[in-house]
Amino acid sequence: MGRHEILRPSRRAFLQGAGLVIGVTLAGRGMAANLIQGEPADVQNPEAKAFNAFVRIAPDSSVTVLSKHIEFGQGPYTGLTTLVAEELDADWSQMRVEAAPADDEIYKNLAFGLQGTGGSTAIANSYDQMRKAGATARAMLVAAAADEWGVPAEEITVSKGVISHQASGHSSDFGSLADKAATMDAPSEPTLKDPKDFVLIGKDRPRLDTPSKVDGTAVFTLDVLADDMLIAVVAHPDRFGATVASVDETEARKVPGVVDIKTIPQGVAVYAENTFAALKGRAALKIDWNLDAAETRSSEEIYEEYRQMIGGAQGLEAANEGDVDGAMNGDGITTLSVDLVFPFLAHAPMEPLDAVLMRQADGSIDCYNGAQFPGQDKAAIAEVCGVDPANVRVNTQLAGGSFGRRAQFGSPYMREAAEVFKASGMTRPVKHMWTREDDIRGGFYRPIYVHSLRGAIDGAGNIVAWDQSIVGQSIMNKDELDTTSVEGASDMPYRIANRRVTAHQPKLGVPILWWRSVGHTHTGFAVETFIDQLLDKAGKDPVSGRLALLPDDARERAVLEKVAEMADWGSPLPDGRRRGVAVHKSFSTYVAEIAEVSIGEDGGPKVHKVWCAVDCGVAVNPNIIRAQMEGGIGYGLGAILYDEVTLGDGGRVVQSNFHDYRSLRISEMPQVEVAIIESSAAPTGVGEPGTPPIGPAVANAWRRLTGQPVTRLPIMSAAGV
Amino acid sequence: MVSFTLNGEERRFDGDPETPLLWVIRDAERLTGTKYGCGIAQCGACTVHVDGMTRRSCITPIADLEGSSVTTIEAVSGREAEAVQTAWTAIDVPQCGYCQSGQIMSAVSLLQMNPAPSDADIDAAMAGNICRCATYQRIRQAIHDAASSLEG
Repeated sequence: MGRHEILRPSRRAFLQGAGLVIGVTLAGRGMAANLIQGEPADVQNPEAKAFNAFVRIAPDSSVTVLSKHIEFGQGPYTGLTTLVAEELDADWSQMRVEAAPADDEIYKNLAFGLQGTGGSTAIANSYDQMRKAGATARAMLVAAAADEWGVPAEEITVSKGVISHQASGHSSDFGSLADKAATMDAPSEPTLKDPKDFVLIGKDRPRLDTPSKVDGTAVFTLDVLADDMLIAVVAHPDRFGATVASVDETEARKVPGVVDIKTIPQGVAVYAENTFAALKGRAALKIDWNLDAAETRSSEEIYEEYRQMIGGAQGLEAANEGDVDGAMNGDGITTLSVDLVFPFLAHAPMEPLDAVLMRQADGSIDCYNGAQFPGQDKAAIAEVCGVDPANVRVNTQLAGGSFGRRAQFGSPYMREAAEVFKASGMTRPVKHMWTREDDIRGGFYRPIYVHSLRGAIDGAGNIVAWDQSIVGQSIMNKDELDTTSVEGASDMPYRIANRRVTAHQPKLGVPILWWRSVGHTHTGFAVETFIDQLLDKAGKDPVSGRLALLPDDARERAVLEKVAEMADWGSPLPDGRRRGVAVHKSFSTYVAEIAEVSIGEDGGPKVHKVWCAVDCGVAVNPNIIRAQMEGGIGYGLGAILYDEVTLGDGGRVVQSNFHDYRSLRISEMPQVEVAIIESSAAPTGVGEPGTPPIGPAVANAWRRLTGQPVTRLPIMSAAGV
Repeated sequence: MVSFTLNGEERRFDGDPETPLLWVIRDAERLTGTKYGCGIAQCGACTVHVDGMTRRSCITPIADLEGSSVTTIEAVSGREAEAVQTAWTAIDVPQCGYCQSGQIMSAVSLLQMNPAPSDADIDAAMAGNICRCATYQRIRQAIHDAASSLEG
């Protein structure tokens, strides 16, 4: 990756010996903000030539790809660079990558219409665009070579970063021709390779970000350093919607290193010369909160209200085929019903939310952060700080995970960081950070959902009716049907003649957000555990029973057949072990998983092994696809086994950190075996689709082990473990 | 005033003696490879070596380190460190990467004490290091690979 050497000699000397400058003031020392460590966006090497918005080539032949997508683990830096390198016929060793600057037009996600990373779209929306960016640059290099050598462009070949004309014996690297090539006309419609000629796409490729993440030099937002920088933390209300009534700052101001304390709309900000002083100062604050507008219901009260809703007012119709009521009451019908409860979930990325803001001498503002929606962040900063958006630069840093947390319309977190900065007077750079407690208690959770499912089986063992109600907040804050509430259920692939899915979307004073795989976190679980119970009741095998319900052209079929083959489904199992299967499509990617489970020493599920088959179209980098399946499975498994954010009496969040908001640990990670279905279909995403099937696969095995269906998550808490 | 050795150099810290080592390393010394993840020794992102043993720097007051020798990811070295970092790179262990400094510090320490760890040994030594990306399968593989490379 392109790390910028921005330490100047004076800064180096400062780092090496002078120690911290202590000054108890918000006022700066009168100099423009100096970045000491960080990745500024769009630093132009005057010698590197821009071929288009995504590709720059320097005299040393290094090719830099500007990634419009943030890197927080799913591999877009490597993936997008691979797409460019393929069509450019570059050598992999000459490829570099940097974050693109914030620009909702030039760098928009073609699936969203604004710049943003999410919805497992990075490769899907960039596949043609990045290939064309590479092919365009290649055509310009070839045109320059043809002109330079006086030979026909059609006779020129490019391979592994070398441009050649065989007949004349001419050859050149990219760098020598970059100056001239950058001035050539770009072809209006560059020719893309036939996939059979791919050299890089489809093969394992080492990640570009691995080396810096192994030696500690990778710079995340928390690692950004600026001269004279303050550290700020905010005391947040202990209930959602509460506001500051009064603050006693006396003790906090006595903490050495605390510089100032300001009340902002989000709480009370403490500014200090170092992190420990900021934390100590915050702990010493005495704050009375105004609860007039606060959400004070507990999780149990919310669950109960949601259950009542199902029997009450009519829901929003998401699917309605055939005659569900008639089929449920037909002759010789056996019915089955189950209610499911899903808790609030925090995303808990390893790096809690943070941002560094600094004002330059010309009044413009630089923000360094893990920008998942950079344009939204820019607009929020501009509005709060009262500057023109054109004078705000968002410098996207590597982020320590997100799982949806950093992608927010309106950027509420960035508004808080900007309020903190503004209240400081904006004279010194400010690093605003959340602690893990702020993160777990900070809201923007995967919503609580309650599902009610009813199914009918006829005398011949056919599933003839499916009736599903889903209650939960609308993530998109809609009054009409929010498809994210029902995706994965309303469009379930199984052929059931009489089928109804309805949604209820109550309002609640708890801020919510998408969480790795959005609606599929709960719909996948509901559909795949209930179909499993219905098949069981009908005396059908979980794999062949599903296959019999899937249309002939369903892409679920291949992953299901593949995963059954991998696991040798139906073969004898060791004593005390059972298996569960699930298949689910999300973000146009199809994943089937089989989990082998026993009852662990603690009385809860012990997951030994998971087999996973994925169909994501063209596999751009199989190594990264396998990693995303492994990680998606581990992330989902931790959540369904251990995780819930609970509102206690009065609406206070019960959990606070990793001791009571458990994460999967290495000793709990099953062995995961992944197979990728060969496909020539357009590539689809892999960041999220590995997650939805693991919950139901484990729950289905657990039901076979215990005889009891899982009706409440997390499993460990519901099982009283 | 606390005097200690950091990555082989004599250092002094004259701030609040309760300051956790993590914030001395990150704020005062400006070495940012060691990460904050929880502040209560639950996640291991802050793992460093103190006198050759792993320590969660987020709960270790600097006052406890008078005369101690601290090593961070920036300076970890030796054949185990080299083997671990090579193995980590070879199979692309990191995803977001934020926890990996801590994972590597724990893995190096494990191999220094146990050159051929079993899966159970790895579970015991690494269970204190959370990876929210769940790169655990590759962490386990990389530790085995590093152990194999040290045999020869």
